[in-house]
Amino acid sequence: MATPTVPPPTLVVAPTTGRTRLRRVLRGIVRPLRESHGVARFMLVTGLAVTLLMVGLAAFAPVVAPYGFNQVADADGTRFGNHVPPGADHWFGTSVQGLDVFSRVVWGARTAVAVVLLALAFSLFIGVLLGIVAGFVGRWLDRALVLVMDALYALPALLLAIVVAFLLSEYVGGGVTTAALAITAVYVPQYFRVVRAATVSAKEQTYVEAARAMGAGPVTIMSRYLLGNVVHSVPVIATLNAADAILTLAGLGFLGYGIQPTEAAEWGYDLQRAISDAGAGIWWTGLFPGAAIVLLVLGLTLVGEGLNETTNPAIRVRRLLPVTIPRRLPEQDGEETR
Amino acid sequence: MTDPSSRSRVEVRPVRGPAAGPPPSGPVLTVRDLRVWYGTESGPVRAVDGVSFELWPGETLGLVGESGCGKSTLGRGLLGLLPAGAKVAGSARYRDTDLVTAKPREIRALRGPHLGLIFQEPLTRLNPLLRISDHFEEALRAHEPDLSDEEIRRRALEALRSMGIPPTRYRAYPHEFSGGMRQRIMIALALVLRPSFVVADEPTTALDVLVEAQIIRILADLRRNYDTALLFITHNLGIVAEACDRVAVMYAGRIVEQGPVRDVFARPQHPYTRELLRSTISLSTTGLHYIPGAPPDLVQPPSGCRFHPRCPQAMRVCRERFPRATTVGEQRVECWLHGPRELIPDGGDEPLVREEAGVVDES
Amino acid sequence: MSTSREALPVAERVAGDTLMELRDVEVHFQLRTSALARLIGGAGATVKAVDGVNLTLRRGEVLGLVGESGSGKTTLGRALLGLVRPTSGAIRYAGQDIGRLPERKLRRLRRKLQMVFQDPHAALNPSMDLQTAIGHPLRIQKLVRNRAEERARVVEALERVGLTPPEQFLTKLPAELSGGQKQRAVIARAIICGPELLVADEPISMLDMSVRARVLELMLELKRDMDLTYVYITHDLATAKFFCDRVAIMYLGRVVEVGPTDQIFSDPKHPYTRALLAAVPDPDPERQVPRDLPRGEIPDAAAPPHGCAFHPRCPKAFAPCGWEARDLRAMFERRWVRLGEEAYAEEAPLVSALDGVDPGQEEARLPVPSGRTAEELVRLFDAARQEAPDDPIWRGVARVAAEDGAVVVRFHTGVDPAPVPVDQVSVACHLYDPRLRPPA
Repeated sequence: MATPTVPPPTLVVAPTTGRTRLRRVLRGIVRPLRESHGVARFMLVTGLAVTLLMVGLAAFAPVVAPYGFNQVADADGTRFGNHVPPGADHWFGTSVQGLDVFSRVVWGARTAVAVVLLALAFSLFIGVLLGIVAGFVGRWLDRALVLVMDALYALPALLLAIVVAFLLSEYVGGGVTTAALAITAVYVPQYFRVVRAATVSAKEQTYVEAARAMGAGPVTIMSRYLLGNVVHSVPVIATLNAADAILTLAGLGFLGYGIQPTEAAEWGYDLQRAISDAGAGIWWTGLFPGAAIVLLVLGLTLVGEGLNETTNPAIRVRRLLPVTIPRRLPEQDGEETR
Repeated sequence: MTDPSSRSRVEVRPVRGPAAGPPPSGPVLTVRDLRVWYGTESGPVRAVDGVSFELWPGETLGLVGESGCGKSTLGRGLLGLLPAGAKVAGSARYRDTDLVTAKPREIRALRGPHLGLIFQEPLTRLNPLLRISDHFEEALRAHEPDLSDEEIRRRALEALRSMGIPPTRYRAYPHEFSGGMRQRIMIALALVLRPSFVVADEPTTALDVLVEAQIIRILADLRRNYDTALLFITHNLGIVAEACDRVAVMYAGRIVEQGPVRDVFARPQHPYTRELLRSTISLSTTGLHYIPGAPPDLVQPPSGCRFHPRCPQAMRVCRERFPRATTVGEQRVECWLHGPRELIPDGGDEPLVREEAGVVDES
Repeated sequence: MSTSREALPVAERVAGDTLMELRDVEVHFQLRTSALARLIGGAGATVKAVDGVNLTLRRGEVLGLVGESGSGKTTLGRALLGLVRPTSGAIRYAGQDIGRLPERKLRRLRRKLQMVFQDPHAALNPSMDLQTAIGHPLRIQKLVRNRAEERARVVEALERVGLTPPEQFLTKLPAELSGGQKQRAVIARAIICGPELLVADEPISMLDMSVRARVLELMLELKRDMDLTYVYITHDLATAKFFCDRVAIMYLGRVVEVGPTDQIFSDPKHPYTRALLAAVPDPDPERQVPRDLPRGEIPDAAAPPHGCAFHPRCPKAFAPCGWEARDLRAMFERRWVRLGEEAYAEEAPLVSALDGVDPGQEEARLPVPSGRTAEELVRLFDAARQEAPDDPIWRGVARVAAEDGAVVVRFHTGVDPAPVPVDQVSVACHLYDPRLRPPA
């Protein structure tokens, strides 16, 4: 037999590390979807569908909504009319001021998504950063931060949001930013706690000690060795917080704080305006904004719970794959006869 | 049949509890072709793939192998402690019960007075909220409800005494003991019900050298005083040499060699046993030796003999056919080097050329 | 695959200038007491993890730190790298005292002092691939200018430790590697900066038998090729014998015996060293289980025994070894284990005063309980002595006498063992102290 020709080993240029890392991150995002099964999968898929629908509405609001959020008349000046029931012209009817309810709902979705995304970004940034620093540095800084965060956490959420919104509205105005910052204050402690706890335990890991042994300074350790390993539970918390944030935002709007009606549409504000309508038998001004709130909160909660069931190692149920052990075939028998 | 003279030749004075029944004349445990497979995405993992052995009263059988060979799975499989999703086939007869086909209720009834288990980390067995006395009382009351309080206390203190634990510590909590003492308490708990068969899963791995030696000595003494058959699972060959009567060497889910400890260690018949002994670093080691390659993938084990990719004496037949179990003296080996000659095809006993065997994944 | 230990010329093995010197190094930890105790007040106990160690580390040698858990070997290893600060004493390296250096200066020294850890599964950052992980020390120490240079050096390190082909391993995450491969990656990370000293903390104890030899062989090769000095921390005497030039046996924070490997193993002097050697499991089926193992276990480091820390377990202990009241209690516990519950029930009330005794009491005062007499108590001691006359505690008891309503047991004064040179070995044991040695 001829000697098989083996090509000389060539120095294969490895793919750039950046591309592999990106691929890995993407795989990490898709993995919960693939690994989930049963109830968790149903929750995840349904939740995602609903959430994406609402987010789509929010993103394409200018296209989807027939009218502006403050519009009470046609392009040619014809007023819509107040309390027009749902029909061909106004799918969801009009409000007491003559605003198109459907457009308000769609623009409200945009407001809600924008505020919550902004609030999420702020609170994640602040909470995770402070959490890692507190967990790593310890001592008085840790104790001071924990004190502040616990105090914030202990205050009733809505009350805190109202106070912050009230204070900020003097300086920043009554727009999306104010509402976002108000909500940020409510949720920062949650991320702080979770990340700090994870940091305190990750700090004791051998690889962190190895980093110190290499000569890494505290900033390097926190950013390269701790950050990636302590944020595992953050996605779940973020989704559940987002659901809660929608409610908080609606609450703010309902009470008249947060978003001012001149700045943007807001579901909570619409609900508040619809209270007096309910007595008069006008149902469309309250039902649709309310249903929108329920839908978005439900969607986010389903995603959060589904993620939790799938990724939380403590409660995750591994899928049991069926196994059949084949009968022994005679020629495979390695046993002595007895 | 395995030669009965291969079992312990030590004089046995049985100490029995009421649950044990009349002493059996045959082996305590007979395992035939036991298989434990797990289902995974890539296919079934053959953690234990056809294992047969016997355990006689009063003897200690050492089950030795490296990580991933299936020894812990085997130990837990025998006691019905596998996680959901594992399938068991074959038979494991304890007295009249087949542990493989028995219902969970039956096995639960057997656990304690008949089957005992000693874990690696005693804190997993000892409830940190209960005193040691509570542990013993719970165990004794559950399985021997007719005992009076006084009897229970006496039995418990007796068991602790045989472990060298003074009666002054009877009312202490588990965390007040050191690791070695906790392990001794575990052993005492496992033995207070005088089971016929105990599985010890790496009982000394987490302990220091001197404490380990103490525990081994205790176990050695126990073999003389109790009639308990002990299945001792470990990766440490030195412990096996000191504590066991017989040894079974596992590789990739199969027992490749078993026999009396003295014989197997002095004259190992299977190449894996030989290589493993040579790789062990002892006080008399003068050169480093290791087995090239890595343990095989249990989803797609190598064809024929599982060890052939790493075996320095592999032949052509080793890749094609699964070796037959043969008896060499008092040892049982699965290896074509000793296999029945008539079953080896022509040219099968040529040495195996490595390139054909494929690239071996380095460990 | 065999490698025998090359017989390097003795001069090269032993001589060499001093790389590091430890003088009276102590590392004490304050124990945090329970929350309740903190509320009420009172300081916590101190754990003397390292309690006065003097060692010299010569360039090019392999020094073994051998001991069981609680011996302080791990803490000492970390102190050598500045990962733990000594509470007192000096660690001199390159003309500086590492223990006193500020963290920033220490970080620069870390180039030369590196560590290999025990648990390969925990020593690598799970979210870093190998190229980043192994190359990170280069970045931190600013030894490379750009990514290409870093990659080249990582490839070189991977080849050195045998993880070939290197390109295949660059993008792997730790979870995709076996235990042996992970440990080799850890070694690659440790050597990539070209260190002088490598502290290996039980590098092979968590690996399979058949892989251990391979990693040890790698470490020997690296030592030869890169002129490294090793401090090899382990509890496994067998590998220490093979791998180390000198061995220091540690017990409860102190070095009890130190000397050249062949001396320690062929003629162990300290009773603890002897016990350790006898207890090493050996696959040779002809060996028997040792019968004269030291009794008991490693004591609580927060309340170590008086005098010599090993004396409660030592079969050869005698008068000056540091006997105290707690040893009396241990003696009675052993007695009750031997004699059974009836003896315990009868005698325990007599000596109940021993239950809460403080450490370090060289005189035990046992008040006679009501309804009993002092003679009974003295008779108990006589009976105990008669029943087990070879128990070393009796060599430490100076007198047992009744004194106004109590029985007082006095022990000989205990002395902390100081290291005594015997041949080429230094032993901290009174048996070898010519001033204290028991009469022949």
